[in-house]
Order: sequence, then structure tokens, then C-alpha cells
Amino acid sequence: MEWFFQQLINGLALGAIYALIALGYTMVYGVLRFINFAHSDVLMLGAFAAYFVTPAIWKIFPAQSITGALLITLVTALLCAGMGILIELLAYRPLRKRPKLTVLITAIGVSLFIEFTCQHKAVFGSKTRPFPQLLPMHDFHIGNLLVNSNDIVVLGVTVVLLVALWFIVQKTKIGTAMRAVSFNMQAASLMGINVNRIVSFTFGLGSALAGIAGILYSMKAPGIEPLMGIQPGLRAFIAAVLGGIGNLPGAALGGIVIGIVETYAGGIAGVSNYRDGIAFAMLIGILIFRPAGLLGKTTIEKV
Amino acid sequence: MLEIKNLSVSYGAISALHGISLEVKKGDIVTLIGGNGAGKTTTLRTISGLVRPRSGEIIYEGQNITRTPPHKIVAAGLAHVPEGRMVFANLTVAENLAMGAYLRTDKEEIARELDYVYSIFPRLKERIKQQAGTMSGGEQQMLAIGRALMSKPKFLMLDEPSLGIAPLLVKTIFEKIVEINRKHGITILLVEQNANLALEISKYGYVLETGKIILQNDSKSLRQDPKVKSAYLGG
Repeated sequence: MEWFFQQLINGLALGAIYALIALGYTMVYGVLRFINFAHSDVLMLGAFAAYFVTPAIWKIFPAQSITGALLITLVTALLCAGMGILIELLAYRPLRKRPKLTVLITAIGVSLFIEFTCQHKAVFGSKTRPFPQLLPMHDFHIGNLLVNSNDIVVLGVTVVLLVALWFIVQKTKIGTAMRAVSFNMQAASLMGINVNRIVSFTFGLGSALAGIAGILYSMKAPGIEPLMGIQPGLRAFIAAVLGGIGNLPGAALGGIVIGIVETYAGGIAGVSNYRDGIAFAMLIGILIFRPAGLLGKTTIEKV
Repeated sequence: MLEIKNLSVSYGAISALHGISLEVKKGDIVTLIGGNGAGKTTTLRTISGLVRPRSGEIIYEGQNITRTPPHKIVAAGLAHVPEGRMVFANLTVAENLAMGAYLRTDKEEIARELDYVYSIFPRLKERIKQQAGTMSGGEQQMLAIGRALMSKPKFLMLDEPSLGIAPLLVKTIFEKIVEINRKHGITILLVEQNANLALEISKYGYVLETGKIILQNDSKSLRQDPKVKSAYLGG
């Protein structure tokens, strides 16, 4: 029982990070109908941005202070937003009217390009670097359960971001425009909506979330290197499909589910090596039995 | 108000419009009739910037808008109710109307516009919070027109407003189109397959056939024209 709750806490914290990443995949899919495979690399860039920004900010604010951590997060989010906007502008926008397969393959190319450029010794190099401890660590004992302050931060930050994202998408004019563009780009442009601007905004928003997810992920696994985005990115991608690609609550739910399943699987001796296998089995299962995903609506293709 | 000169459009190797010219005068309802695939929808889509022409010119209020992107054309006061309505099915009625007013910032004016749209289509007011995709075809058409009016256009283009709508509602919608034109002074370019109705409410008409304008005249005369009668008015 104790083991069950302990794993649940660990799983929730990990799932929250997957949820943040999955939201970026699903938002871009919602608007442009392709999977931005470079999304996981933005997470890595976020971790590195925070790594390099931290010493500078700690010169102004005390090390491990909350203000410092917030500022580091903000700068990282902005840098990643810019990076996401730039990727779309340079790589995807020129291909807007091409077949989706072209864009998909380009996305894989962008991802490989970023990963291997960053591995070059003139950029980040391929060796693992220690991620700074942004906040002091505490362990809390609740009964026999051990809760790490990092887990609480991860969950708290995720909840705040999910609420903020929900507000932006559902209640603001630009969010409504995002939903309009996602439904029908041409009709949206007939409303006077500058579709390119909305696409940029979507990439910026998703990439900012990925950047913050990069920090949170590095807080839990404090070694960063240029290929660090691949694993969480892949799982978040599965999460987005599991929840129903294009569906925001679905991505959040899918992330939590994958995080929890992975943690339980990892905690059972003999099963732990099959964590990814289990995640993919779930993906295949959902694609067979409920192709629209957990929360996705079945759409009828008109012929 | 709107003048098209020698407009040609092609989709890849297939050419859809072969140098058409037409004119819409301020305050009029002008109609463009013709069969399936004649190029009616392409004409409207080219005017609103969704399709780039191969050659020719589109002049709106003295400005050349031939290669202007759609969102800037809306800003110039030209609204397009597209074929098949294209309401945002995933948005509520209120959100759809808000998107129509996307470029406007004056909240009071938007509220006034909203009252005006609700006065034309009271049905929409009853369904403010409903998802647009769950409404009937006729209601969606009302929403599509209302949404276009929210941009406070000077010039309105309607693409097949009668398509897929219960006959009783078609009559209502055409009455509303006339009202929008007469009472509110909005110039209208109407594309229709239902030539009878279109010629009844319009002042001037063009007949489009396989990408060419084959006839043009005031609507009264077109209704008497033997060619139009046999081909489009059912005898």
C-alpha cells in the first residue's frame, strides 16, 4: 500500500512533466496537423538555457532563491518561445502548402540537426553536465511516505501552467483565434485573423512550456546533454496520441497516465526494463481500439 | 465599388477562370449565376485573397487588392461568407461572432454590432452558448452571415447561401439579405445556383459558364432571356 502511494507521487511528478511536453505536440498538431519532432529538442535547449543563465542570475539574486528560480524560468521560457517561433519560420512555414509528409520528414530533419549541432564540441559537446540545484531540497515525511520538495515544485508549477494555458486558450481573444485557426485556417483568415501570427504564437506557447518542462525534468534528473530530450519527448508524444492528438485536456491526461504507468512499471523488478515497451503497447492498443484517443472525438472523414 | 478586370485563375494545370471582368456598384446587389464548376466560388475566393490569380486585376474602392492577403482585405471592409458556411463548429455561437469582429477593438461598437446581428437573426441570440457545429444548416448559415457582419463590412460576398437549407429558411435568409442591403447600405455580391431567387433580389446579374462570362444584364432582363430561362430557370 505504502509502495503504491509512493509510486503514485513519483508517477504524478513525472507525468506532469510529460503533460507539459505533450501539450506542445498537441497544440502544434491542432493548428498545423503535423507532429513537430523538434519539440523534444526545445526541451533540451531549455535545460541548457537555464544552465547558462543560472550563474548570471545568481550574481544578481541570491543562489537558490525563489525569485532567482522564477527569473531563470522566465528567461528560459522566453528563449525557448523564440526558438520555437524561429524553427517554424525557417523550417515549416515555407512548406505550409506542401503535403504533410514533407513537413513531417522535415521535422525529423530539424530534430536531428539540432541534436547533432549541439553535440559538436564548439556548441555544448556531448558530455553530460551537472544541472544546478535551483532551489534548496527538502524531504518531507508524510507517514511512511517520502515526498521530495522537487516533486511538489514540479506538480505546483504544472498545475499553474495548465490553468494559465486553459485560460489563454478558452478565455482570451488570441486563444479563441487559435481554436478558430485549428478548425479551419481559411475561414479564420476571412475573419481578418493573421494566420501566420497565430501559428507563431502557438509555437511560442508550446515551446515555452517545453523549455519549462526542460528545467523541471533536469531538476529530477540533474544531468543534461544534447540527446536528453529524446526519451521524455518520445513518451510525451505517446501521451499526446494516447489522450487524443489535438486535444489539450487529452494531452495533460495522457502525460499523467504515461508517467504513472512508467513509474509503476519501473518499480516492479523484472518489469522495469520493459517500461518503454509498455508505453508503446498502450499506444498500439489505443490506436487499435480507440484511434481518436482517450478524450479525442471521432471525426468522420468526408469522402 | 468593386471592379474585376480580365481575371484568370488556374489550379495547377487546370484553368478555372479565363479572363473575366465584372463590376459591382455601390449599394447594389449583384449576382453571379451559373452551373456547377462554372467558377463562381473561385471568383469569390480570388477576390477575398484565398486564391491567387494568374493574371488580371481586382480593384476595390480605387485600391488594387489583387495580391493582398485575406486578413488585410477584411480590414478594408470586404467580408466573405464562404461556400459551405465554414462556421467554427468547435466554437460557441458567441465565440464565432467575436471572431467576426476580430479586427475591431472598440468594445461599445462591437456590442452595438452584436445587437444589430441579433436583431436580424433572433435565433442566434437564443443559442449564444451553443456549439456552432450542433446547429442546423439554416442556423449555421445565419451565423456565417452574422459573423461576416460583425466585421462591419461595406461589401459583402455570399457564396450559395441557399445550399443545403430547408426551403422555408431559404426564403427567410433571402429576405434578410435584402434587408442587410437596403437598411444598412451594404453592397452585396451574391453567388447562387438558385438563379430564380438570386435574380429576383438582385439589380444586375452575370452568367458564368466554364470560367467565362457569357451574359450580363440587369436582372429583370436576364429573367426574360430565353437562354437563361432554359438553362438556369427550369424552362
